[in-house]
Amino acid sequence: MSIKGKAWKYGDDVNTDVIFPGKYTYTITDPKEMALHALEDLDSKFAKEVKKEDIIVAGRNFGCGSSREQAATCLKYAGVGAIVAKSFSRIFFRNAINQGLPLVQCKEAAENISSGELIEINFEKGKLSCKKGVFDFPPLPESVLGILNDGGLIPHTRKILKIEKPVCVRTRTGRGE
Amino acid sequence: MGKTFAEKILALKSGKDSIVAGEIVTVSPDIVMSHDNSAAIAKKFKQIGVEKVKHPEKIVIPLDHCVPAATEKYAANHKEIREFVQEQKIKNFYDINTGVCHQVLPEKGHILPGTLVLGADSHTTTYGAFGTFATGIGRSEVASIWATDEIWLRVPETIKINIEGEIPPGIYPKDIILYIIGDLGADGALYKAVEFSGKVVKNMDMGGRMTLCNMTVEMGAKIGYVEPDKKTIQWLTPRSNKKYEIIKSDLNAEFEKIIDYDISKLEPQIACPHTVDKVKPVSEVTGTKINQALIGTCTNGRIEDLKITSEILGDKKISDRVRLLIFPASMEVFAQAMELGILQKLVKSGAVIMNPGCGPCLGAHEGVLAPGEVCLSTANRNFKGRMGCKEAEVYLASPATVAISSLYGEITDVRGDLK
Repeated sequence: MSIKGKAWKYGDDVNTDVIFPGKYTYTITDPKEMALHALEDLDSKFAKEVKKEDIIVAGRNFGCGSSREQAATCLKYAGVGAIVAKSFSRIFFRNAINQGLPLVQCKEAAENISSGELIEINFEKGKLSCKKGVFDFPPLPESVLGILNDGGLIPHTRKILKIEKPVCVRTRTGRGE
Repeated sequence: MGKTFAEKILALKSGKDSIVAGEIVTVSPDIVMSHDNSAAIAKKFKQIGVEKVKHPEKIVIPLDHCVPAATEKYAANHKEIREFVQEQKIKNFYDINTGVCHQVLPEKGHILPGTLVLGADSHTTTYGAFGTFATGIGRSEVASIWATDEIWLRVPETIKINIEGEIPPGIYPKDIILYIIGDLGADGALYKAVEFSGKVVKNMDMGGRMTLCNMTVEMGAKIGYVEPDKKTIQWLTPRSNKKYEIIKSDLNAEFEKIIDYDISKLEPQIACPHTVDKVKPVSEVTGTKINQALIGTCTNGRIEDLKITSEILGDKKISDRVRLLIFPASMEVFAQAMELGILQKLVKSGAVIMNPGCGPCLGAHEGVLAPGEVCLSTANRNFKGRMGCKEAEVYLASPATVAISSLYGEITDVRGDLK
């Protein structure tokens, strides 16, 4: 699998509150609506201008803070193809994989990419190409990669349990908006 | 070479003889906690296509993040959770009259030494104060555990932090952990287990140990851990009759790092906007005007914290520029504070006593901020927008610093009034 997209560059310690504010955590349940608030308190242009397969490039400890999965969900549904960072906060790392959002931990690449440039990532080969060159990154552990390749943890769990088709579920009880 | 606590407990829970840091193991947790996010988790669970949760007895669900419901949406969310726990026969459900998850689970006897606890909340690390391996996970992961009783975990390397010295007046566990986070940075313990040790920790009450472990996630840690001792056992005995096994790091365990702190000369500490590791001595920011003071949350809403607050406020009135909100961490703490006469005194000082819960810590309700306002809080995060408004500022400090500052209407060094 490989993707090509524009880089959106940010700094260190981008936390889950600026990625997806806490005030929305129980009021917004539709992933498409979550996407409209992606990075709201960090970069108000992002949600309006992000294109499919665009790539977030950040410094250390991306996604630190809360365990809220919506921080990964909102970026995934905003179209983000991957996140490249010097390091990731551990719960965000898990959440992103569980949402089927690929992560690349590569300090050199994160340092050398400029905002707005076009970059290409090949996940099988573990290679990232940008203006300043090609950078190698280590592949994810096999068990983790399995979740990503299945499209996230819920489909992965369904596969483990050998459940063929998702059952029809009631997603809302209410009196209309 | 000996083994660390993390290596020993994850070997036990994965059914392996011996594992080392860095390995990935599949484990089965003892307890899985989720809170107001349980409705969203229940939806994911149903998407998997399983009818019944595998182990209802392992699931604990307290409602705490927005209680009582602030809007129709929150109310519908709570309603879905109540229906789900009934349908799935989940007995360990605590409704809005119980308190914050990280206080409620230990109080109700769900947290025991040598057990593995996973929670859909980053501050699940709090339970490490009891010698528990406890860490935060995401919503999908909780749904998946409900269905399979399994999850993968990477065995963390361990950083041992020894805290030695004599505690100076005006210094509390919150000052110590803020100082450590400031020193090591927001990613200073990323993916690591942090084991707190040393004389200061041994002499610390359980509330203080919970404050230390609660905030380890603010430096990226996977877990915090304090070796159980007589105090731990004394605290747990009236709350649970279940058997447990204390697991400790071997004396010759391989730690990634050992860091020693001598806190004898530590000054009161404060985290400045907008990151938790932007820590300074309070003396560097004294005089900063505040609009709201908050004492409570899973970090500092325990009886020890309310006692300190009451001692500092005494019979004095808070500044009329300040709104002082008190959130006892649980109904048990609330009742205890009432019996001790603390709440009456706080009300006379001008405080607003709120119901146990997370309150405005995550910006949902009960005291969110307006643009340009400054809040001094005992909570654990001060990120931009955290308390509901991105044009507001949040400082984090100990209950003593928050209490004294509410009297003067500005950030104040508590040591001035202790002399």
